[in-house]
Amino acid sequence: MSYLTSPDAALAADGVSKRYRRGGPDVLDGCGFTVPAGVVCALVGPNGAGKSTLLELAAGLQRPTSGSVTVLGGPPHAGHPKVAYLAQHRPLFTRFTVAETLRLGARLNPGNWDVRLAERIAGPAHFHSKERVGNLSGGERTRIGLALALGKRADLLLLDEPMADLDVLARQELMGLLMAHVADTGTTVVMSSHIISELADTCDHLLLLDEGSTRLCGGIDDVTASHAVVTFAGGPERLAGHTVIESRLVGRGTSALIRPSGAPLPADWEVRTPSLDELVLAHLGTPDTSIPLIKEPAA
Amino acid sequence: MGFDFRIDRRGGIPAYVQIVQQVQQALRLGLLQPGDRLPTARAVVEATALNPNTVLKAYRELESQGLVETRRRHGTFVTGTLGRSSADSPWRAELADVAGRARAAGLERDDLAALFADVLEDLYPSKEPDVVPHQS
Repeated sequence: MSYLTSPDAALAADGVSKRYRRGGPDVLDGCGFTVPAGVVCALVGPNGAGKSTLLELAAGLQRPTSGSVTVLGGPPHAGHPKVAYLAQHRPLFTRFTVAETLRLGARLNPGNWDVRLAERIAGPAHFHSKERVGNLSGGERTRIGLALALGKRADLLLLDEPMADLDVLARQELMGLLMAHVADTGTTVVMSSHIISELADTCDHLLLLDEGSTRLCGGIDDVTASHAVVTFAGGPERLAGHTVIESRLVGRGTSALIRPSGAPLPADWEVRTPSLDELVLAHLGTPDTSIPLIKEPAA
Repeated sequence: MGFDFRIDRRGGIPAYVQIVQQVQQALRLGLLQPGDRLPTARAVVEATALNPNTVLKAYRELESQGLVETRRRHGTFVTGTLGRSSADSPWRAELADVAGRARAAGLERDDLAALFADVLEDLYPSKEPDVVPHQS
């Protein structure tokens, strides 16, 4: 199978598999996709889908067992000057103070460090703090990790569960700063999360992983528009010809989330576009992995 | 002067439609008037945590409705009004006069509405209906 390759891809994978030990399970299994430059991409999938592994591969911290990963047109490597990565477990030097941690960020990214943004994200109260990172709460550690990632002025931000541990207000504040950063710089963001409804407002691209392979990849508007939630009187046999993602009985009728075949839908069907939540849940509820990848439809 | 948009994440109304509606509402209430400046798209993005494209889409929609105008480097300004002056408009009095005579002559409400729609159709060539999706 071949995938769209764009010279402007920020992140691409081609037939990527990853196995951590010989004879172990494939965490990623023939995973392929392209994330165009300049998008804010939601990386979504159930636990164990391979999201964190994929981000580690893109950050150059792991190597694929087979296949290839491309970041910003080249091979990934740890310490890539234009790639920033927020790891799920927020690895920080626990004995450093917050101020020392941020000075380290500046030192590691000479001439390429946005001290004002890092300070705003860390929180002004923390910035000059003598508190050791090891004593911070999970949410505070996340802020410091995000400050390091965004302070770097990267062209590709890889964020693993960036909003975990944060309270509602901090989420709103930090997402606002992240989106403003995107507006200012056009940087590409790939972020994983379990909270799909939250991603719907911030992301414009979707990469849905399941069991180590790509289920959906594309612009969120395109992907939702290429599906339909239909309700009609009669049984599921009326869905013949369409790709049925999920269907259920509703009284004497049927409600289904489908990928229409292209022919006009019957006039007596009630038709609407699914929300991102509905789409993701329906796809994850379907064991059928033969559903082909959504490609960017011609506008 | 400021304008803080509030985005309701649960109502099911797309965020860009909410921005458009909040500006329309402020115009109807006279809280925004021609010449007033809207916050920059970037400021709205930071305050609402919405994807920048969502905010730009809302601003483009307001522009296409003739309600605001974006001047490069200066910002986005209110240029239109919405229905505020309807109560004291001289046109309202004239229309009321015509409608009153039509009713006296025996026209039903629907007859008059159809006639008015017909006249509007002649005067203002109909636009494509896809410009303003008010609901998802």
